[in-house]
Amino acid sequence: MTKPMDEMTWQEVEPGGVISEPGCASSYHTGTWRSEKPIYKEEICIRCQRCFIMCPDASITPDFEKNRMVWNYDYCKGCGICAYECPVNAIEMVQEGE
Amino acid sequence: MGKKVGIEVSIAAAEAVGLCDVDVVAAYPITPQTHVVEHLSELVASGDLDAEFVPVESEHSAMSVCCGSSAVGARTFTATAAQGLALMAEIVYIASSMRLPMVMFLSNRALSAPLSIWNDHSDTMMVRDSGWIQVFCENGQEVYDAIFHSFRVSEDPKVSLPVMINVDGFNLTHVIEPIEFWDKEMVKAYLPPFRPLSKLHPDKVLSMGAFGMPEIYAEQKQAHDVALTSSTPVILQGWDEMAKLTGRKYSAVETYRAEDAETLIFAMGSICETSTIAVDKMREQGKSVGLVKLRLWRPLPMGDLRKLLAKAKDVVVLDRSIALGAANAPVTSEMRALMYHEPQRPKIHCMIAGIGGRDVTPDDVVKMVNMALSEKDYEYHIYGVRG
Ligand code: SF4
Ligand code: SF4
Repeated sequence: MTKPMDEMTWQEVEPGGVISEPGCASSYHTGTWRSEKPIYKEEICIRCQRCFIMCPDASITPDFEKNRMVWNYDYCKGCGICAYECPVNAIEMVQEGE
Repeated sequence: MGKKVGIEVSIAAAEAVGLCDVDVVAAYPITPQTHVVEHLSELVASGDLDAEFVPVESEHSAMSVCCGSSAVGARTFTATAAQGLALMAEIVYIASSMRLPMVMFLSNRALSAPLSIWNDHSDTMMVRDSGWIQVFCENGQEVYDAIFHSFRVSEDPKVSLPVMINVDGFNLTHVIEPIEFWDKEMVKAYLPPFRPLSKLHPDKVLSMGAFGMPEIYAEQKQAHDVALTSSTPVILQGWDEMAKLTGRKYSAVETYRAEDAETLIFAMGSICETSTIAVDKMREQGKSVGLVKLRLWRPLPMGDLRKLLAKAKDVVVLDRSIALGAANAPVTSEMRALMYHEPQRPKIHCMIAGIGGRDVTPDDVVKMVNMALSEKDYEYHIYGVRG
């Protein structure tokens, strides 16, 4: 796995910025772009999975074992679509760091 | 040893490119580069050169084709001048930042406006910070030899950077000179096949030209800068190996009667030959004057230059372009910056000479040196400007 971009030294950069490992974009954590964070309220959630379908970054997945939705904050950019789409307001956007 | 022929420098350069068995030539015709490209198209049309000649619709496309062909591992050549280089500029930076080997013949010409087809260095100074290896040539033989050297250096896996050969438009491109040719065996011995560091090929998938986030841009620039500055040993070795083959020895900086000189003329390109005559004249008058000729503009041979310049009392830089509104003309600025922290440093004067193709004779060089030595202000001057 290629090192995350923000940990690479100049000596480790491939000549000309060539990317020799296909699909390594996943090592770049777009979650660092987030200014607001979606907070999941499990007790309100009706498990409709609309958030899972709508998330443009595939950052929400259903956990069937535990019967709940799970967020991957490494890639969630905080766009708020999930909170907007949730029919029962089970997702709240809060300022990052609060 | 090859045969000596009287030939136009542009045609000789094209012949050299042909001898290097180039794979792709992509260029758009522009004065005074035209003869190079024209002759290469003839070589391809006649079947003497097995290459892809891409008659693109603009210089922007020419440089884009060159990036593509270099990226698949093809030996790549282009040529341009002034406005053509300006149109290319966007991709010029991309070629070097992506570490794509290729050779550009730049027939130096003044940038418009006013529209000028004549020689100065304003075009090349526009891309001096682009991260290409950049060399200047003094005469036709140097131009011819530089083609072989540039391909060798550019494609060396330790370097993998594009090389720009600066050739003064008309003053050099269109003159007929006796040039000693290389033969195929010499080229074969000197120039190994192109084996790129990485190339686009279906057998091994990779991406080139990806975007760089703020987290990685600085690292990539640092890596490029180190690659450029550490290409010097390969450049020098290329000249050493050439000396063994041809008997002609080139180096990054050369001097003429500079050993004990109190005053040094500093020049790049064909004006160096004019300046040697001026040096002889001044020596005859008992003046302690010598000449420093810079061949390797990028990466700048800083150590060599510091050593040479520190010995003089005065350095007169013959700048071939003007940097409007700047502290000084480009080459002078750089020499002053280079010497600023030296315990012993000369006065560095700036004479902007021969812009837009204005003729510079040996007498003009003598006059410029005299003017510089008597000046009070150390500002830059356009030599010979009326009014
Ligand atoms: S959209 Fe709301 S209710 Fe539906 S699964 Fe997601 S969080 Fe639960
Ligand atoms: S905020 Fe946007 S990116 Fe993050 S989980 Fe919700 S929909 Fe996906």
